[in-house]
Amino acid sequence: MTYLLRSWQGSIALLLCLLALVRLPLLATDASTPFAAAGTAGVLLLIAVGALACFMRISRAARALILFVTAHTAAWLLIGGMSGNEGNASLSYFLLIAASWLLGWRCISELAEIRPSSRQTMMALRLLIPAIFGAWVLILWEAITRGAGVPFILLPPPSAIWDRIVSSVPILAADVRQTVFKAVLFGYVVGCAAGFAVAILADRISFLRRGLLPIGNLMSALPIIGVAPIMVMWFGFDWQSKAAVVIVMTFFPMLVNTVAGLSASGSMERDLMRSYASGYWQTLVKLRLPAAMLFIFNALKINSTLALIGAIVAEFFGTPIVGMGFRISTEIGRMNVDMVWAEIAVAALIGSVFYGVVALVELATTFWHPSNRGG
Amino acid sequence: MRSETFASRIGPVLTIVATIIVIWYAAAVWMNAPFQRDLDRRGDVTSTTMEFIAKTLSQPKPIVPAPHQVAQNVFENTFLRKVSSNRSLVYHSWVTLSSTLAGFAFGTLLGVLIAVGIVHVKALDRSLMPWIIASQTVPILAIAPMVVVVLAAINVTGLIPKALISTYLSFFPVAVGMVKGLRSPDIIQLDLMRTYNASRWQTFWKLRVPASMPFLFTSMKVAVAASLVGAIVAELPTGAAAGIGSKLLAGSYYSQTIDMWAALIAGSLLAVILVTIVGIGARLIDRRMGVRPA
Repeated sequence: MTYLLRSWQGSIALLLCLLALVRLPLLATDASTPFAAAGTAGVLLLIAVGALACFMRISRAARALILFVTAHTAAWLLIGGMSGNEGNASLSYFLLIAASWLLGWRCISELAEIRPSSRQTMMALRLLIPAIFGAWVLILWEAITRGAGVPFILLPPPSAIWDRIVSSVPILAADVRQTVFKAVLFGYVVGCAAGFAVAILADRISFLRRGLLPIGNLMSALPIIGVAPIMVMWFGFDWQSKAAVVIVMTFFPMLVNTVAGLSASGSMERDLMRSYASGYWQTLVKLRLPAAMLFIFNALKINSTLALIGAIVAEFFGTPIVGMGFRISTEIGRMNVDMVWAEIAVAALIGSVFYGVVALVELATTFWHPSNRGG
Repeated sequence: MRSETFASRIGPVLTIVATIIVIWYAAAVWMNAPFQRDLDRRGDVTSTTMEFIAKTLSQPKPIVPAPHQVAQNVFENTFLRKVSSNRSLVYHSWVTLSSTLAGFAFGTLLGVLIAVGIVHVKALDRSLMPWIIASQTVPILAIAPMVVVVLAAINVTGLIPKALISTYLSFFPVAVGMVKGLRSPDIIQLDLMRTYNASRWQTFWKLRVPASMPFLFTSMKVAVAASLVGAIVAELPTGAAAGIGSKLLAGSYYSQTIDMWAALIAGSLLAVILVTIVGIGARLIDRRMGVRPA
């Protein structure tokens, strides 16, 4: 029976800590506001405690908690001390960042091994683990861009992007209104509805199905986004042309998926419907559409991303002076990179929310399906 | 019997294609008519209906170019021009193709590496997988111009920025497909490997990798199409430089609709060719692995 656990993250973190101790101070000697000695000692101590916790034979949750606190507090102190010293970080600074990152990694590994008994804890863990991972991406991004003084234009630190978002809410809101609430939503609804209607038609008329399906499959491989300039030429600069691009882009995935979904119900079930003497429409509504739901929602999810991309890219070809694509292409021309990143962050948020809403609706309507029932 | 099924498959497709072409012609006449009428009135020309229709189908900068105009443009710029010429579609396609392939290769490699990591490291599975899915809800194509412009600002130009966009778009389907593929062996097969005392490495190469091949190629088909889209969109901000995307942009600036349509057709042909090549590769691998045609 050994009293210590093995953990390569812990060992390397300790090693890095020692190296950093040798190579102090944390900042270049001519930095304007150097780290206080207490702060430096605190960071080193935190990382050492976290690293040692990796080896301790205590409960997994306790280990994860210690790691969580030490790794993030250390990272917080390190980044906090950076303000006013951009680009002055020394090797020791990065060694400590790397060490706390390793502790964060260890924390994730520990959390991933936890087998909670209650469902709530399970859910919380499933959210917490990716959240920590995402937080570390931001921490490393912030620490490296500010510590090494990466040119602002190449990659602004997340804090600067956040400042920009907060300070330009009205502009962002106007862009979102133009791009999302006018072009994307309209195009998405019309495109999906049209795809669905044509799929039903193709299902009714087998000749149409045999003709349309290969073409639909082909179209889904083509770079449809290329029709954007043509649509802008036809429908003008305002949101109508963007909606048209979105319609074209969302139409084919919906068509192909719905047609595939309509053949998803088994022949036994269809025979049963026949023995009930139900007609085409009754079979469609009561058996085949419910069976096709998973496919239809799949198309709705794919389309939620495509729609946003289509509208933004179409705006590169000409818009009124508002809109997310317009803002991205003009601010890039003026080298206001933080504004572009702010716009991207908003787009990412909207894309995720859009996707999430579709996924939630799916869960609410297809809860009965085996793939959603879970164990 | 076989030819009959072939005819019953190809017939409807041809009919639909023919219908589309007829509608296209009708739309061309209808959409170009107002401008032509205006032109005729100013030039004091009176023409019969047939002449009028012929004229709407042969405008130099029509709103809707007729199919034969586009076909002619594609033919001329593909076969009749020197390959090195700036107007040759072959040249532009080649520029786009090179960054597509570079991005596709990197993307596939990255996707496979991520999948291997996810299958073997539990922490990665729990922490990275949600972000991979989230990464695709981000309209990443929208930042393609920024990546290109910013990298140009630090003197990285040419192939690499475009290939980066393609990489980002193509790694996702491969990663997701490969995770599925590498996990596709049944428990019973994994148990068999254990009874053989196979190492993790051996299990990986002799069981998981072969089992994942069909998944790999299916996702590679999606990935290569996405990669092409990425390359085309990445070419939009490069302005005068070459490529199908820049040809589209130039066409939209100078209202050269026929050129635009021709570029679109060239891009579509490229997509079809690429997907077909991946499909052929899949069939060859299938045959080598002894999969019987279903």
